[in-house]
Amino acid sequence: MSVRIGSLELEHPVLNGSGTFDAIAARQVFGDALLERFPFAAFVSKTITLEPRAGNPPPRLWETPSGMINSIGLPNKGLEGFLAHDLPQLAELPVPLIVSVMATSRDDFARLVGAVSEREEVAALELNVSCPNVKSGLIVGAEPAETRALCEALRPLTDKPLIVKLTPNVADPAPVARAAEEGGADAVSLINTLRATALDPRTGEPWLGAGSGGLSGAAVKPVALDQVRRVRAAVSLPIIGMGGIESGADALDFLRCGATAVAVGTANFRDPLAGERVRAELEALSEPARSLDLK
Amino acid sequence: MSDRVQAPLGARDCEVTDRRATGGYVIVSALDAEGPDPKPGQFYMLSADGWGTHGGRPFLPRAFSVADAERADRGVRLDFLIDAVGPGTSVLAGLERGARLRVTGPLGVPFSPPRELNPDAAGAILVGGGVGIAPLAMLRRELARRAFPTRTLLGFRDREHSGGLELFRCQEVGLASEDGHAGHQGYVTDLLAVALKGPDAHTAAVYACGPPGMLEAVRALCAERGAPVELALETPMACGYGACFGCAVPLADGGYMRLCVEGPVVRGDRIATAIVEGAGHR
Repeated sequence: MSVRIGSLELEHPVLNGSGTFDAIAARQVFGDALLERFPFAAFVSKTITLEPRAGNPPPRLWETPSGMINSIGLPNKGLEGFLAHDLPQLAELPVPLIVSVMATSRDDFARLVGAVSEREEVAALELNVSCPNVKSGLIVGAEPAETRALCEALRPLTDKPLIVKLTPNVADPAPVARAAEEGGADAVSLINTLRATALDPRTGEPWLGAGSGGLSGAAVKPVALDQVRRVRAAVSLPIIGMGGIESGADALDFLRCGATAVAVGTANFRDPLAGERVRAELEALSEPARSLDLK
Repeated sequence: MSDRVQAPLGARDCEVTDRRATGGYVIVSALDAEGPDPKPGQFYMLSADGWGTHGGRPFLPRAFSVADAERADRGVRLDFLIDAVGPGTSVLAGLERGARLRVTGPLGVPFSPPRELNPDAAGAILVGGGVGIAPLAMLRRELARRAFPTRTLLGFRDREHSGGLELFRCQEVGLASEDGHAGHQGYVTDLLAVALKGPDAHTAAVYACGPPGMLEAVRALCAERGAPVELALETPMACGYGACFGCAVPLADGGYMRLCVEGPVVRGDRIATAIVEGAGHR
């Protein structure tokens, strides 16, 4: 069931969502079994920024019916720390590495993309555009013009596939996806988490340390399917679909809505091998279709 | 810091072999056919059939320190001490013999041996509160096996929140209860304050687990008396293996640690306070 994302060829269509699996920590916890049985066809890193970030004050999590809200705040070692400490360890994984990057200006995005893409260990880059451009104050991924301009600025900096991670917190993701395509992106991935708030029942005040966060898990799957369909109708780019995938049947739904590949996110928290199971179930579901093709 | 025991990759099913009520809590025992022997202070992410299906909660697995572990013919028997306070703990506490318990683990770093925590250690003091006495029960057995002098101090709110004493077998424990139903009427930290009087504090290795308020009192007291201490902390945790970054605990020198991979056992001097926002979320 191999798939192509731009020039990147993957053995099967199941990836991880950025920020939902830490391969370095997981190897510490589970040992080299992780390398022998890596659950994803490519590894998508947690988002890195130019400078190190500590992340948001706790609490960072809230369980919801069939889902959860997180407000983690992109803790990471920064570009230098990532290149020096994380990249050599991620290079030992048996699958291609996709590095997620985020910045609040085009210049900073360019520095990140330039520095990361020149490393041979990196197969592709994902642009996390769910952040404001400090110059315009606009959320890049909510504005087609901002998204297009960003892609146009970054496209000349690398030959490696550029994947734009779309935010679902817009009236319609299709114009943003089209802007990414016009700007030269190789693929889009969606959905990121849905903006969400939980209140502390004891105080009536927001529970999360940062006030609000993003909803993920099974609860968001119908929203994600709808957005993937809308984006598929608007662009011919490969789509990496995600949002609440827990089973092969869930993954198949995304493929039927036009996704080229899928990513498992919150389900990883419940089982580190969720990705492997989703892939196996998806393959089993796809077998009848495959045998039909042979006829 | 003691070495972690690595976990098999993935969540796996264990068979519940026993369930017994104890002073308002429940001890659930399960046979883990595939996992290694955990070390005291390590934890498992637990879930069960029906998780995340009917009504949508519980959705995420729940982190539980292992209260005891014993190697048997067909695997390791794992004991968990559970207080049914929310949707997840209620399902877990209701698991009957023969039911499936889904586990990922053992996870996290265990308690350090006393002489690693304090090179001058002449004796260990274990301080537990409520359902948090669980990991100390296993530590107590380990220290007894090494014949290391150990005092155990346990505190409970009231009779309805006082289970798990049998996990300490016949070993001597000092008791405190807020309602006075057993032992000293007051806090377990009152007992610790007496135990750490005088110069002996410097030759103690203190281990604590319990509610955040108790742990903070233990941390502050040990800092004041110069007694090295390890605390087994709790925070909301989605994954238990470093993936979600949800279990952030503020460090004394700024920034955060992920409690699931750097803890749950933490030296008292690494943190500014044991009161972590969000602990106790149901």
